[in-house]
Amino acid sequence: MAGTPLDLQILNTLAAILLLLSFSMLAQRRIVTMVNLLATQGAILCLATVLLAWRTGENHLYLSAALTLALKVILLPWLLHRLIRRLDVYWDTETMINAPSTMLIGLLVVIFAFGLAQPISALASTATRSTIGIAIAVILLSFLTMITRRKAMSQVVGFLSMENGLFFGAMSTTYGMPMVVELGVALDVLVAMLVLGVFFFQIREQFDSLDLHHLESLREDE
Amino acid sequence: MNTLAAVTQLLEIVFAILAAPVFVGWVNQCRAWLQNRRAPSLLQPYRGIHKLFHKEAVIAENASGLFRAAPYVVFATMVAAAAIIPSMGTRLPLTTAADSIALVGLLATARVFLALAAMDVGTAFGTLGARREMMLGFLAEPALLMVIFVAAMISQTTSLPMIAEHLSGEEMALYPSLAFTAVAFTLVLLAENARIPIDNPATHLELTMIHEAMLLEYSARHLALMEWGAALKLFNYACIGLTLFVPFGVATEAQGPVGLLLAVPVLGIKLLVAGAALAVLETVSAKLRVFRAPEFLATAFLFAVLGLLVHLLLGA
Repeated sequence: MAGTPLDLQILNTLAAILLLLSFSMLAQRRIVTMVNLLATQGAILCLATVLLAWRTGENHLYLSAALTLALKVILLPWLLHRLIRRLDVYWDTETMINAPSTMLIGLLVVIFAFGLAQPISALASTATRSTIGIAIAVILLSFLTMITRRKAMSQVVGFLSMENGLFFGAMSTTYGMPMVVELGVALDVLVAMLVLGVFFFQIREQFDSLDLHHLESLREDE
Repeated sequence: MNTLAAVTQLLEIVFAILAAPVFVGWVNQCRAWLQNRRAPSLLQPYRGIHKLFHKEAVIAENASGLFRAAPYVVFATMVAAAAIIPSMGTRLPLTTAADSIALVGLLATARVFLALAAMDVGTAFGTLGARREMMLGFLAEPALLMVIFVAAMISQTTSLPMIAEHLSGEEMALYPSLAFTAVAFTLVLLAENARIPIDNPATHLELTMIHEAMLLEYSARHLALMEWGAALKLFNYACIGLTLFVPFGVATEAQGPVGLLLAVPVLGIKLLVAGAALAVLETVSAKLRVFRAPEFLATAFLFAVLGLLVHLLLGA
């Protein structure tokens, strides 16, 4: 550690914070806090992107940092908060498995991700290759967040957090995706969010709750 | 140099014993300020201890020798623990006798004696408190060990002074793994010292208390020693935290007597900040139900293991 340059140290620290935020999201019971955590995750991601852009001189990373800031730190959390207010689901909590077990599973997932990343890191030539494991862990943890939640809102937050992880993964393996792809993904996420917002209202209209297990039965008379 | 080491050692022990009640007083004072109450004096814990020492000791008829011995054992183990934590200098004659794992063992010894003494008289509350304490202990100890392992892996040694020297010695480096373990350690500190999310040190409400429940049967000098021991425990934990996470300003061998002179006020300032931070933490959090305590400590363990994993992955 002592030999690594300071900017790389900061990048590593930011990566570790990302992982931490994923975990807190996994453990969090309140949907409002989950959205705030998501916004924080976006902010950390934005910081990491700016730092990486500054370090590598890849100018398009500045653009994606700005995109991250606008979309993931400001717009999406704002939309989510508005949805929560409108749907009145402040206490959207139910998890499938109790918190300590979820955390332990999360820990196993992280170990798996780190193991998975080892050969990839060995092949990558970027300075940030050691954080690939963290990116994979963030993606898998977001998966786990989606799997362990029943309610639609928390699943969407998990979905968005997964997108953060993917973005971070692309950043640490190849210094970011091509601009076109990035713009496309950003737009996709935004549209998905808007569509899902409409869906929420429809789901609630139909079932009087946002619990997704209602959607599992195919016929109404079951 | 040997005399300096001896002086450091002696100073450290005396300082720990004398400063521990004041540290508790400081935390209480900060808490009172934060809660818009008039703060008790900084010396209030001392007054309590002084009062207790002048009272006649009452002991239950069926109490065994263990009950009588436990306060002395608890106090002695805490003093011994204070002796091996390098809060002021890293050259301590006694630290060669015990490394950080032995330190955790020392803390466990105190816990076992406290719990046994609480169960000795056979009252319901004592037993209840002892059981809860052991439940917390078996969850907190692995987390604490993990925290220490991370620091030990970074500095390649389990000896606390060496860890402190390694971490303070090299040029400024960011350790994300240490940040994780710092969070884990804070959670363990809160749980182990009967602080607010787990136990409330200011209440005697029977159904929620853990630490107080074990002391119910004690009076006078025994109680005084127990409370002094508890204050020392908090002080020790604070010092372990400072050693692992902010080891700057600790006197090393190269600095000589000047280092020691500087180390004392630095330690004082660090403790003041730590105490204020602890008070803030306690004020902003609400007491957890006992059944949520395992979750709390599982989080601590998780953070510590995450720290370990991050260290392995990033080498930091």
